[in-house]
Amino acid sequence: MISLLLNGSTQELDVDPDMPLLWAIRDIVGLTGTKFGCGMAQCGACTVHLDGEPVRSCVIPVSAVQGKSVTTIEGLDTEAARAVQDAWERLDVVQCGYCQSGQIMSAVALLSRNPQPNDAQINEAMNGNICRCGTYVRIRAAIREASRALG
Amino acid sequence: MSTRHSLRMTRRRFLVNTATVGAGLTLGMLLPGCAREEGPEEVMPEAGPGKAGGEVVRDARFEPNAFIRIGTDDRVTVIIKHLEMGQGTYTGLATLVAEELDAAWDQVDVEGAPADAALYNNLFWGKLQGTGGSTAIANSYEQMRNAGAAARHMLVMAAARQWGVRDSEIDVVDGVISHVASGRQARFGEMSEAAAREAVPDTVFVKEPDEFRLIGTRLPRKDSKAKVDGTAVFTQDIRLPGMLTALVAHPPRFGARLKSFDAGKAMIVPGVEEVVEIPTGVAVLATDFWAAKKGRDALHLEWDETDAFALGSTEILAQYRELAQAPGSPARSEGDAGQALQGADRKLETAVAFPYLAHAALEPMNCVIQKTGKGVEVWNGEQYQTPDQAAVAGVFGLEPEQVRINMLYAGGSFGRRANPDSDYLVETAHIVKAIGGRAPVKMVWTREDDMRAGYYRPLYFHTLKAGLDAEGNPVAWQHRIVGQSIAADTAFEGALIKDGVDITSVEGASNLPYAIPDISVDLHSPVHPVPVQWWRSVGSTHTAFAVETFIDQLAAAAGRDPVEFRRPLLRDHPRHLGVMELVAEKAGWGGSLPEGRGRGIAVHESFNSFVAQVAEVTVSGDGGFSVDRVVIAVDCGVAVNPDIVRAQMEGGMAFGLSAALESELSFSEGRPVQSNYHDYRVLRIGQMPEVEVHIVPSAQPPTGVGEPATPVIAPAVANALSAVTGQRFSSLPLKLNA
Repeated sequence: MISLLLNGSTQELDVDPDMPLLWAIRDIVGLTGTKFGCGMAQCGACTVHLDGEPVRSCVIPVSAVQGKSVTTIEGLDTEAARAVQDAWERLDVVQCGYCQSGQIMSAVALLSRNPQPNDAQINEAMNGNICRCGTYVRIRAAIREASRALG
Repeated sequence: MSTRHSLRMTRRRFLVNTATVGAGLTLGMLLPGCAREEGPEEVMPEAGPGKAGGEVVRDARFEPNAFIRIGTDDRVTVIIKHLEMGQGTYTGLATLVAEELDAAWDQVDVEGAPADAALYNNLFWGKLQGTGGSTAIANSYEQMRNAGAAARHMLVMAAARQWGVRDSEIDVVDGVISHVASGRQARFGEMSEAAAREAVPDTVFVKEPDEFRLIGTRLPRKDSKAKVDGTAVFTQDIRLPGMLTALVAHPPRFGARLKSFDAGKAMIVPGVEEVVEIPTGVAVLATDFWAAKKGRDALHLEWDETDAFALGSTEILAQYRELAQAPGSPARSEGDAGQALQGADRKLETAVAFPYLAHAALEPMNCVIQKTGKGVEVWNGEQYQTPDQAAVAGVFGLEPEQVRINMLYAGGSFGRRANPDSDYLVETAHIVKAIGGRAPVKMVWTREDDMRAGYYRPLYFHTLKAGLDAEGNPVAWQHRIVGQSIAADTAFEGALIKDGVDITSVEGASNLPYAIPDISVDLHSPVHPVPVQWWRSVGSTHTAFAVETFIDQLAAAAGRDPVEFRRPLLRDHPRHLGVMELVAEKAGWGGSLPEGRGRGIAVHESFNSFVAQVAEVTVSGDGGFSVDRVVIAVDCGVAVNPDIVRAQMEGGMAFGLSAALESELSFSEGRPVQSNYHDYRVLRIGQMPEVEVHIVPSAQPPTGVGEPATPVIAPAVANALSAVTGQRFSSLPLKLNA
């Protein structure tokens, strides 16, 4: 039995300890905002926060998060998160939208530790998140806008 | 009173429209006082046509046609016949309706249409429902405006009757119907039941472009919120009671067959319920993805590869080079290009090789199918309703209309989901059939499955020869293309292959816009077992590069600036010229740049839209380079939503930049070499240039924007690199000599 804090609530999971956190979140808990894209930490669609840090949940065995705190897109509830999601909506960043949960999780993590990133820091923090629709120009603009909103 | 003075749709024209397109607008489908009976709720609550796009209006009272429902709650639901795969069609089509209905944008919801070609066909494709070829707005432009205008008319007539006033004195603004003289007004919701009792109009008034209130403005996307908070439902997210997840072990090479398999070890993986053989491999069904994956990994499989594809990309390219020695089937022939070339003052030539490309949409292909009492129900990012209905029905021995399809949001497609063989849907259907339909099945491809499943942009080889006269004017042009036909052996063969020429192989080359007296374009279409398919912008993905880089090469040989060189050659093509002049001006063409930096330009027409791009690059000493800035000009007729047009220019360009810089799907001994994003590289944010988009003002009917930006960037970047280094490029992705 693996116990973790998921979006603030304790979850007891009786699953294969090797099961990646992504599939525990999606298939066992039933939260589907976190997406499957590559299964090898290359695309970032599965990004969640593990004790506040952005991680790729597709390569983290659920056993490795025993006793830890995991936040998914459904559990975002901070000032930085609101600023990011507001900016994303205001600028109509999304296209197909499949990567955007992961993009937003990475952006929120960035602004939570560095509310005023420069362009190089934005590129570095977001380079692990692929968007096949190519919304990158707007992702940069939305992060800048959220950064301004955070003062 | 309304300023609608133009009766553009006469009764005759209207009837012609509906008769020739298989009844696009069914104004007979009036259901006064009836709540919509059929809904996704009866099967499962989590997804369906309504859930994909917005809230279902449960108290709908007014359904003037197949595209609009207006509820007593004042919500206007627009039913969208095209797939939302990121291109913004849910927003664009709803805008067309809202414009003519004079609805407030925030009272409009959107909902994906069911599969029903009689109501929801693509008007450019006959009796076929589907999305592609950058046609969604273009084919719906009049249809959706007519639908909105008809609904508005009925609301106005109802108000006139109720208030005892003349309909010509009634105004409609932002969802409010009003009669100024009597001071009466009503919201749509208050008038919807009465409107449902009005006669459906035979003729409708639509606005002239200068009357547009919503079209041409920046309206927020209808799908933003759900895609920002994680609630948008994709196929991957569907969960049905008792559903099993299936992974399929596919053959290692195209044409290999299953010899035998042993599922013993797979069956002991906890969660694995069944292992079945299907035509495309062996499917492992389990309670969840991870169990299915472990089960598949535990399969013991033996393949017969006797007849399997065994070539590598190098061998294929060598064959194509050989083929290019001889003329192919003529795609265009004007004058005598061979003779003109002989007589030319100077002769130039080039050859370019293009690799296979995977679509690599971020949501790997997947599909959910459930057997029902009436047939089967499908959940999918559904791009090709009519062919998919027939293909899935074929597996089960059903009639196509017994296949009900829920069109969900698609996590990208770029052409992949419009598969002529309905490949991944048919695979899912076979799994459901193999287990006797005892459970709903979600078939999931891993990234590796998706990338190695074929249906690639074909590998192509081009040769080009041209002659210049003594003044540097081009007098002869010979263009030869070698590559697999996309249309061959599909249902589209008859429509797309003419006189042995697949038009998707030569588009962008055979319609060369440059004024050159003697032109020949010809084509070889060799056959290989590698499945191929359209990939965002199709033929233009390669023809634009071949043409636009060679034109720059000719300009350099003539000692002329690339823009100056193109200008007189485009004299008969004002819209090409228009975007070229606009982009040159906005990019500061001709202005000085620091050492190591350069600009390149390219101009191309695809899907009836015109795009020019200027790329600015920086070349570093070590053979590396970056693309720093891209300026784009587009002429797509009326820009229904200019912000979405900009987004499609940005994103379409980025999609092409992936292929220009890094993407390549290669074969070795018949096996695809790349498998995931670590070796099939696509553009990341650090490589994304700054982008500026300029839209040519136009009152022409709208044309495509999803694809036309894609093919232009690779030649623009190559031309910029050539301007800095002098190097010409004979293959993609672009690599600078060290």
